[in-house]
Amino acid sequence: MNPTVAALQATFGEGTAIGRALVARDGETVVYVAGDRLLDVMRWLRQTPGQEYDYLVDVTAVEYRDRERPLEVVYFLRSLARRADLRVKVELAAAGDLAVDSVCGLWRGADWLEREVYDMFGITFRGHPDLRRILMWETYAEGYPLRKDFPLRGRFSRAEQVRQALNANPEAHYSLDELSIADAWGDLPEDIRERLRRGERGKIPE
Amino acid sequence: MKRVIDTQEVAGQSPNYLLAKFQDLINWAVNSSRANSLWPMPFGTACCAIEFMATAASRYDFARFGMERQAFSPRQADVLICAGRLPFKLAPVIRRIYDQMPQPKWVISMGACASTGGIFDNYAMVQGIDTIVPVDVYVPGCPPRPEGLLYGVLMLHKKIKGESLFDGVPRRREQPLDEKGLRLSPETIDEISEPFGNSVHQFRSA
Repeated sequence: MNPTVAALQATFGEGTAIGRALVARDGETVVYVAGDRLLDVMRWLRQTPGQEYDYLVDVTAVEYRDRERPLEVVYFLRSLARRADLRVKVELAAAGDLAVDSVCGLWRGADWLEREVYDMFGITFRGHPDLRRILMWETYAEGYPLRKDFPLRGRFSRAEQVRQALNANPEAHYSLDELSIADAWGDLPEDIRERLRRGERGKIPE
Repeated sequence: MKRVIDTQEVAGQSPNYLLAKFQDLINWAVNSSRANSLWPMPFGTACCAIEFMATAASRYDFARFGMERQAFSPRQADVLICAGRLPFKLAPVIRRIYDQMPQPKWVISMGACASTGGIFDNYAMVQGIDTIVPVDVYVPGCPPRPEGLLYGVLMLHKKIKGESLFDGVPRRREQPLDEKGLRLSPETIDEISEPFGNSVHQFRSA
């Protein structure tokens, strides 16, 4: 068992903030954390000397075939300096509201990872700076494709899917934020700035 | 269609002139030129694009059939080759590329996924690009070998050479999207998107 788990239980108290811990079949340690203490635990794991999990490898989610079981949000952490790995899981009751705190403030890389989980599972991340769909287009209305109650072929008829797809604006997937136009404003040539001012690419974010 | 009407011998020589309809001469000249100098617009999205590259490279070399120059701008292309699966998110993109190509233009649908959706009978994939753009030649295979694509190109040559400039209608009517944004009627799209083969047995959870 990863020594981090004992340290977590000593710091946050076993049973409330820190749930059960187990060793997965591949030898990595999985520790369950209560959703309302997630940010505290993650900050501790990120910043405490001797832990220093400075790399968020992935964020994903699991929904089990047994609908009674809660959904799990899984965080794969790695400490590059210590060469240690840890998996942190948060359970979300399927009937409750699927929301968990965003860890974007701790790892910037969580931005798109959390957007993907939101896109595919419909789990919202409180405090995320820009929680939008990332794989499906932003006006996608059929639901969350990786949920167990989502039909494989989607909810709408094929004709309706084609109609909605053809009516989408292919350039709408890229916001000005992603294109970093706002950041590069001072470096842009004057004619481009003039075109942007005229609204050729939509509204410029402040 | 019998193109050559008559040949005449003059003064004991071999036949040295022939009679044909002027229209046939024009058709032959124009269509041969078109067929023997197709400029392809590659739209490669998946593994079929790898086979497409092999077809373009030295061993198979479709420059032998007049496709010397690949046009990476739709405005300078004659034939759109969709090599690979087309997700709904790319549907408006390929439609725009097709609309940007000047007449006369043709479309080759390369591979099972581009032609029918293939194994991807799911929520994210267009079930055949013919629901988005009109297709002239379907090349089956998963992916097709370069010989297959070359055979498709030769079939397209045959089709082009059989076209007429004088049948009173434009070579191909532009097929703009209707007021709903569809090329075909919703019933037709649903019909040609029906599951087939193994995918009719696919578990459908809702």
